[in-house]
Amino acid sequence: MEEQAKTVTLIITRQDGPDSEPYKETFKIPYRPNMNVISALMEIQRNPVTADGKKTTPVVWEMNCLEEVCGACSMVINGKPRQACTAIIDKLDHPITLEPMRTFPIVRDLIVDRSRMFDSLKKVKAWIPIDGTHNLGPGPRMPESKRQWAYELSKCMTCGVCLEACPNVNSKSNFIGPAPLSQVRLFNTHPTGAMHKSERLNAIMGEGGITNCGNSQNCVQACPKGIPLTTSIAALNREVTVQMFRNFFGSDYS
Amino acid sequence: MAENHEFFNRKLHSLLGVIPVGVFLSQHLFVNHFATRGEEAFNAAAGFMEQLPFRYFLEIFIIFLPLVYHAIYGVYIAFTAKNNLRMYGTFRNWMFVLQRFTGIFLIIFISWHVWETRLANLFYDVPVNFQMMENILSNPYMLAFYIVGVLSATFHFSNGLWSFFVSWGLTVSPRSQRVFTYLSLLVFVGLSFIGVRALLAFV
Repeated sequence: MEEQAKTVTLIITRQDGPDSEPYKETFKIPYRPNMNVISALMEIQRNPVTADGKKTTPVVWEMNCLEEVCGACSMVINGKPRQACTAIIDKLDHPITLEPMRTFPIVRDLIVDRSRMFDSLKKVKAWIPIDGTHNLGPGPRMPESKRQWAYELSKCMTCGVCLEACPNVNSKSNFIGPAPLSQVRLFNTHPTGAMHKSERLNAIMGEGGITNCGNSQNCVQACPKGIPLTTSIAALNREVTVQMFRNFFGSDYS
Repeated sequence: MAENHEFFNRKLHSLLGVIPVGVFLSQHLFVNHFATRGEEAFNAAAGFMEQLPFRYFLEIFIIFLPLVYHAIYGVYIAFTAKNNLRMYGTFRNWMFVLQRFTGIFLIIFISWHVWETRLANLFYDVPVNFQMMENILSNPYMLAFYIVGVLSATFHFSNGLWSFFVSWGLTVSPRSQRVFTYLSLLVFVGLSFIGVRALLAFV
């Protein structure tokens, strides 16, 4: 019986629209075993009443896969960016604070617009161009040793947590951030993708590119998929250094 | 490519911090260390540096211009960061913040130091020797200012050396980056010892 009296307190930073002022609201919801932040938010959606008993609008957020592979439910939970689906209530400090990832434009409440990340992926050509007018046959094979670490890089779900954690990604800078850089390493490693290696390297040698990295190495701490982002950035630093000399002095391998 | 100089500017900033600014810093602290061997030894060493051939050329192109470029671009870098130690209190994030903090402090310290020990000599013919430093450092506040200044410089150089190795793609693996963290720590301790010991020799 005592279990039922238990409650969970959430302090949520809300915002009614992209240009509105943020404000905080506190909610007390009944505790259930095995709750995560998503189910807590669902509880608020069912009964949008604040801790003071004031009726309010339901808090909005994004979600999709609920198993930490889509990246949609990323938000700042207790001061750290992460996915709400894998933030288990029993394992969090209370009261729980939820904030949107302010590095991105805020749409409403906990929903942010991550389109800058997709623009970055387009900018660095994070794909392998194979479309043509006739069948080119199978591509070259990839060594297993490379495939193993490249697979780790392919786990990136464009969730935005590394950009939120990076001190150099903010409104004062145009740094594209760790995630798209690591994708350059991924696609340059692919034997077919490597045919467009210099295009991707030149893209990250442009405005807001790789040199904006300040080596705080927060990204690798923050990444929910454990992607070796700082290793990717350092490996690309070597590549762009070589590319810089190739661009200047000229090279048949450019 | 042609219109965008950010990549080049940033790479140049990183390079100049080590060569020549870092090299000059080390040389400067080494020469200062003659102070521990007494007034005469220091004045002889400082006199030798003063009488190097092409002194103005060396001062302008090896010290002044690289330092000014590194400082001005560094201020821009420092103020475009949004420090978040509260979010991640990790070692590297501390280094990131301290690098920017010491950089800003060094602009104040070095401007003061260059005025006091070089420009005053250039414009008003104030003699630069052991006695001058003895006078400056007889004030305990100035001694503290100089010690903090030297430690900021050695820290900024050692940690900058670490990020230089990452930024130019020399240390890629996490292991090599860790080993270089220890090496940069040794550089910091070594240069700080030399620098502070020289300062205390004037007291």
